[in-house]
Amino acid sequence: MALSTTLTINGVTRIIELDDPRVTLLDLLRERLDLTGTKKGCDRGQCGACTVIVDGRRINSCLALAVSHDGARVLTIEGVAEGKSLHPVQEAFLAHDGLQCGFCTPGQIMSAIGLIEEGQAGDDPERVREGMSGNLCRCGAYQGITEAVLDAQRTLAAQSRKEVA
Amino acid sequence: MKPFDYVRPKTIAEAVAAAAEPGAVYLAGGTNLLDLMKGGVSRPDRLVDVTHLPGLDEIEELPGGAVRIGALVRNAELAHDRDFARRFPAVAEALLSGASAQLRNAATVGGNLLQRTRCAYFYDAAGACNKRAPGAGCDARGGDNRLHAVLGFSEHCIATHPSDFCVPLVALDAVVEVEGKAGRRDIPLENFHLLPGDTPDRETVLAPGDLVVALRLPAQAAQFAAHARYLKVRERTSYAFAVVSAAAALRMADDRIEDPRIALGGVAQKPWRAREAEEALRGARADASSFRHAAAAALADAKPSGDNAFKIELARRIVARALALAAAGSPERVAALPASPLAAISGVAAHA
Repeated sequence: MALSTTLTINGVTRIIELDDPRVTLLDLLRERLDLTGTKKGCDRGQCGACTVIVDGRRINSCLALAVSHDGARVLTIEGVAEGKSLHPVQEAFLAHDGLQCGFCTPGQIMSAIGLIEEGQAGDDPERVREGMSGNLCRCGAYQGITEAVLDAQRTLAAQSRKEVA
Repeated sequence: MKPFDYVRPKTIAEAVAAAAEPGAVYLAGGTNLLDLMKGGVSRPDRLVDVTHLPGLDEIEELPGGAVRIGALVRNAELAHDRDFARRFPAVAEALLSGASAQLRNAATVGGNLLQRTRCAYFYDAAGACNKRAPGAGCDARGGDNRLHAVLGFSEHCIATHPSDFCVPLVALDAVVEVEGKAGRRDIPLENFHLLPGDTPDRETVLAPGDLVVALRLPAQAAQFAAHARYLKVRERTSYAFAVVSAAAALRMADDRIEDPRIALGGVAQKPWRAREAEEALRGARADASSFRHAAAAALADAKPSGDNAFKIELARRIVARALALAAAGSPERVAALPASPLAAISGVAAHA
């Protein structure tokens, strides 16, 4: 059964023919569109390595059927930098050593971008840790991750103040 | 994952007809269903995708003051709706204490009600489970069962219902709106889930094709806004199911409790409304002794189903503490660690 689904991925609209409805958004990105920045960790919604932003909400792409997301806008780690200029969250992860092996990092960064957009955590490290609890880091870089999210949050808040002014 | 047919109905009537066929299931957020399908625990022949149905994603106030929540409203969207959180703080707190931010962004209100137990033997397709394969037996009995039920279980099944959201909802008399082949009907949430008895595979009163379209909180439910809490013990600080949880909501007159509402999570195959405990507390003074007395009444019928006798005393203490916290007043904003017993709240004795 051929299933057609339209997705706007990192600003580019694609019509995708799926031969099987079982394809998850994660497998579509990695195996069929060569967007391998999004990682497959547990594949069961427990580790957060596959986090992407769909219609403005961070979700686990391993628990999303591609066909069900017909019409959605998807942002992946490949779409957050502007040319050679890294996203402020990416810069902050570098500045604060928010990683060691790097496998969970794309998911951490997408989750952090989602968290900052949601605007619920503010500058409270406890709320940041709680809001990032869906992203596991087996190297244990949590301290750096929390500092990076807080720093990026301040940078983005300052940028939006400048834009308003 | 077993192959399946995928259908995307355009109307609720089309959805009900498509899902009434044998082997069909509804797909909404997919956070529980896809996990179960990947593990071979659920093996549907047909997925009926309801996520594109119009009109099921609104939070609206009805004439008379009831609040109606569409079945496709995402958990996070409801918890962060300021007006909703102000009127139903314990419900917002329960939602935010569940799962992770990513899962709360995908999971729906309707799907939360219909999520399956996290009993490890239900998830292990190689093990015996009467819920998954009726008549196969129950490996949880005699297995690793320290997190299993202490109320309402049977010899055939000792699993628990995992929802946080449903616990304050059942305390507040929430109603489930269901559309089926015979039209629309209301089911009180308290009567929606079934205890296992001889048929643990039947988890709700829903018939084939029945679609949860909305959830309603009656106008009276907002009268508890000033004194409502949800408290949840987990084996880690965040992103874990409840070992035991409790919702407490009080309507107070000075230091007397006019209308108490109490429900427990993690103790049975349904969100457990503790009506005996409510009666014990009605008209009583809001003090530690009343709360202990009510907590004892809530667990009066509890029995261990295995290596889990500790949950009975734990549940008593959590009920008493949730009542003390509710009496002290709902916080302005959900705590940084929602529903956590580790969150310090000034002025309240943690061990009532």
